[in-house]
Amino acid sequence: MNNKSTKKGIIGRLLKTIREFYPVMMPFTIVCIVFSAIVSSAPAIFMQNIIAVVEESWQNGDWNAVSSKIFFFVSILVAFYILSLLAGLIYNQLMAIITQGTLKKLREKMFNGMQRLPIKYFDANNHGDIMSHYTNDIDTLRQMISQSFPQLLISAISALTILSIMLYFCLWLTIVVLVGVVLMYFITKKIGGGSAKFFFRQQTELGKVEGFVEEIMNGQKVVKVFCHEKESEADFDRLNEKLFSEAERANKYANILMPILNNIGNVLYVIIAIVGGILLIFDVPNVSISGMAIRLSIIVPFLNMTKHFVGSINQVSNQINSVVMGMAGTERIFNLMDQLPEQDEGYVTLVNAKEVDGVLTECEERTGMWAWKHPHQAEGTVTYTKLRGDVRLFDVDFAYVEGKNVLQNVSIYAKPGQKVAFVGATGAGKTTITNLLNRFYDIADGKIRYDGININKIKKSDLRRSLGIVLQDTNLFTGTVIENIRYGKLDATDEECIAAARLAGADDFITRLPDGYQTYLSGNGANLSQGQRQLLSIARAAVADPPVMILDEATSSIDTRTEAIVQRGMDALMEGRTVFVIAHRLSTVKNSDVIIVLDHGCIIERGDHNDLIAQKGQYYQLYTGAFELE
Amino acid sequence: MIKEISKSIREYKKPAIATPILVSLEVVMECIIPYLIARLVNEIKSGCELSVIIRYGLILIVMAVLSLIFGAAAGSTCATASSGLAKNLRKDMFYSIQNYSFENIDKFLTSSLVTRLTTDVTNVQTAYMMIIRSAIRAPLMIIFSLIMAFVMGGKMAWIFLFVIPFLTAGLGLIIYKTMPLFRKVFKKYDNLNSSVQENIKGMRVVKSFVRENYEQKKFDAAAEDVCADFTKAERILALDNPLMQFCLYVDMVFILSFGSYTIITSQGLNLDVGQMSALLTYGFMMLSSLMMLSMIFVMITMAAESGKRIVEVLSEKCTLINPKDPLYEVADGSISFENVSFKYSLKAERRALADINLNIKSGETVGIIGGTGSSKSSLIQLISRLYDATEGIVKVGGIDVRKYDLETLRNQVAVVLQKNILFSGTIKENLRWGNKNADDEELIQACKLACADEFISQFPDGYDTYIEQGGANVSGGQKQRLCIARALLKKPKVLIFDDSTSAVDTRTDASIRKALREYIPETTKIIIAQRTASVEDADKIIVMDSGRINGIGTHEELLANNDIYREIYTSQNKAGERDE
Repeated sequence: MNNKSTKKGIIGRLLKTIREFYPVMMPFTIVCIVFSAIVSSAPAIFMQNIIAVVEESWQNGDWNAVSSKIFFFVSILVAFYILSLLAGLIYNQLMAIITQGTLKKLREKMFNGMQRLPIKYFDANNHGDIMSHYTNDIDTLRQMISQSFPQLLISAISALTILSIMLYFCLWLTIVVLVGVVLMYFITKKIGGGSAKFFFRQQTELGKVEGFVEEIMNGQKVVKVFCHEKESEADFDRLNEKLFSEAERANKYANILMPILNNIGNVLYVIIAIVGGILLIFDVPNVSISGMAIRLSIIVPFLNMTKHFVGSINQVSNQINSVVMGMAGTERIFNLMDQLPEQDEGYVTLVNAKEVDGVLTECEERTGMWAWKHPHQAEGTVTYTKLRGDVRLFDVDFAYVEGKNVLQNVSIYAKPGQKVAFVGATGAGKTTITNLLNRFYDIADGKIRYDGININKIKKSDLRRSLGIVLQDTNLFTGTVIENIRYGKLDATDEECIAAARLAGADDFITRLPDGYQTYLSGNGANLSQGQRQLLSIARAAVADPPVMILDEATSSIDTRTEAIVQRGMDALMEGRTVFVIAHRLSTVKNSDVIIVLDHGCIIERGDHNDLIAQKGQYYQLYTGAFELE
Repeated sequence: MIKEISKSIREYKKPAIATPILVSLEVVMECIIPYLIARLVNEIKSGCELSVIIRYGLILIVMAVLSLIFGAAAGSTCATASSGLAKNLRKDMFYSIQNYSFENIDKFLTSSLVTRLTTDVTNVQTAYMMIIRSAIRAPLMIIFSLIMAFVMGGKMAWIFLFVIPFLTAGLGLIIYKTMPLFRKVFKKYDNLNSSVQENIKGMRVVKSFVRENYEQKKFDAAAEDVCADFTKAERILALDNPLMQFCLYVDMVFILSFGSYTIITSQGLNLDVGQMSALLTYGFMMLSSLMMLSMIFVMITMAAESGKRIVEVLSEKCTLINPKDPLYEVADGSISFENVSFKYSLKAERRALADINLNIKSGETVGIIGGTGSSKSSLIQLISRLYDATEGIVKVGGIDVRKYDLETLRNQVAVVLQKNILFSGTIKENLRWGNKNADDEELIQACKLACADEFISQFPDGYDTYIEQGGANVSGGQKQRLCIARALLKKPKVLIFDDSTSAVDTRTDASIRKALREYIPETTKIIIAQRTASVEDADKIIVMDSGRINGIGTHEELLANNDIYREIYTSQNKAGERDE
């Protein structure tokens, strides 16, 4: 019960959303649909009139006597037809616009909402699953909005209109039709419900097959290397067989429904003819709105109306699957849109600044100097703090899952211009610290100060703009090489981008690409090597020119020889900035000002290279581990 | 394409043939029913007995029941036939992919293979269902209705011969106009979706650079574009319905006015009321069938694209074939390259490997070192015949690799790939990829050699720990060690590490190598590494540069006379020297 009411809620919300998108067009379209449905059912009355006239006078064969009457009815009929055509034409066009427009707006809403979601959401949800909101779910909506909604409305109205006309003619025959309809309703409910259930199961099985195939295809080379083809084929067959049996059942149900309803329609048609005949022969008194006696001119259009009526109901049952699937899709789409966006209570912003007579003042143009603008509500004053890149963590605790601390009592002081390195095993919490610095996640306990300001007070977008980040997994976007570099600073000139690429040591390979900086990259730069991708993402960070940089295994895929070549660029890049470096290659971190050794979320050693070697702790062991081999 | 796809019908041929036959029978019934009703109406009109009505009624009901049985049976066989075809298509595709060589695999993106196996097959399935059911039903319906219309209405039926071509032309024109539009927009739609995917994957980058608004604008523009094209196509397609209605109305007005005229003037001789009503029914049946036909046509055309993509997978020729009389025994782990050159595809201009001559004795440890893109991986992939050399001969155990049974060769030459992958399942299940029949002791032994036992035994579930897809719940270094253990279980004669310890710390790296040296001395070990430290103790080190061998020798020799090696070495040890 509860389930049902929420499902109704979904349709209601979808309709409301469409109305918000098209406040005028949607009601107008509905009016057109209703009008069209009524107008196209009405001709049955005039058809009946024509047949009645013919029936009365066919025996005397005097055409001239009745022609005016017949043409009168025919012209009314034509008028109705024209109206129906016009309404149909209009609503079909409007529906096409509304459907596509709604899909577009929903897509945009969903995408825009998604941009505001915290990183946590993307970490917690399967990317393929998020993706299917844009593909599968939106596609189910298309069918439902463009076909099912108008069809259901038309069918309902046609059925009502026809029902009233039927009552206008004859109550007895109407009752016969209604009995048939009730029967059809129950059959539809039973078989249609079964079909919907199995279609759902089919989707689940399809999902399993998809997951399996994706995993195997991803590791296809490993499958080959281990000659594991036979086993994966057997696994696949098992899943495939299950999918087949669900699909077969679902389609059987769906396919059988149509002929059953059709033929109930046929039987109904026959019964109407028989009952009509009986009524006629025995001259049963008619009960109807029109008060007409039962005549052939009532039975003939009644037969047509029965076909029409049954047809409307068939149309409804035809839409069941698409409505059921559409509702599931809509639910998921609304779910994504309802996700709580990333919260941001920060009010300290980052502004361009210059020093006038030794006083820091805000200015419009880019000066290369930045300041934190800190409004104090209580006093109504604004203070400016120069952005220097002084980052301090005090006793920070953090857990991704409550109770399982990933970081414990972590305190770090990074003075402006210092290079701070994190060393430790995977899972020691290195990347977590950087996740906290740019507030992808919020700390559980302790505090983080950035130039003396609590980072919770800094607007997230401004905080992130002040931090350049290069990640181990590089993500490039479809577009040219230079566009990808420009991602770091959208208004960068070509020269700036090229200079950044030079700094990162990427210029060398870029110029050797077929189209140089204009080379088109797609599929996350599939045609570049991992190392080249890393160089590009370093260039991207370089062009952004942030005061603080985070390099998370930024050079892990660049071979050491190339790394040595780009080292000078990297040094230049790090010059004058506060830099956080994460690397498992000790040669990358050796010349840092501070090296922090993490183990299971705790800092176990800190100091520069020489200090740590002198301490003869874990770092020393790691380092000599390498030495021992020489 | 049709021929290629129909190969997958196989055991579902029977239902596939039965469906159209059953459908035809159903159509015959459905067409006769209005005819009999017309006769019945006339009987009633001429004031017949009740028994006549009942007789007609019984016949009609029997026909309706028959029609129901035929229809339901057709629906059921059709479901079996189409789901069966889909199953076989998926199976055939999956099997043929399992047969692919590395070269074939390189050609297709994973995501595109997945789409082909799922969405594309579903499209073909739907179209197939349409074809064997409705595509036969609709034309039959038109023909039968037309025949019946002529039987019933005589000359009046000529109206249909006028309306039908008109509607056909109209629908045809609509299809002709919309199809190219749809094809174009579907491509754009795909691009839109792949850009969403990119955005989701790169969300950390988007957020770090505060590019949410920029991404939004980019997306909105693309969505707008897709929407505009879709609307254009859909609006043309939306003309279908009114066109159909128009024809139906013309038809009805004609029949009603001329029908009335004919009935009255001929005093019911040429046409009577019952016949006129039947004509109206047939008209409706005919036109809606035509409409159905045009919809089917659109669907089939769209599915044809999917069909093409499926056939691409099915007809992809495997580039590596097992020899006719293969050898099932690999003598030892010696390897030699004789004048080997290699290109990834025949069309490629650049040779990935050129003029490689190399001799490796059984049991030797060989290091390979070189910059990114120097074709280190290409070199070792020829040994287990993951690719075939374009020129020259690669020998293992003194015999050309192309003479071995592929499975034998690959079991004897184990490669730990650079881009290695664990599959969802327990650690044990993953390890048993190397040897199905390995007992627990063997597993533990291999893991000890690969220095994996130490962390596995720390997991609460030990060797039964469930590994998530892609090995997401173990660290990079742990994954690599598991992959090494998995390869060790094969007990191969040649063991190749393609940069397989890059995420393992140096000490573990060293102990793995030490264990290998001590426990499997007779196995030839080839190690591709970034760090010179990983290969220093090798019997010989090969320095690769742009697809050629730049130098071979021991660590000391190369340090003395190979520039590249020296450069790599100093780049990794420079900081150290400065400190000392």
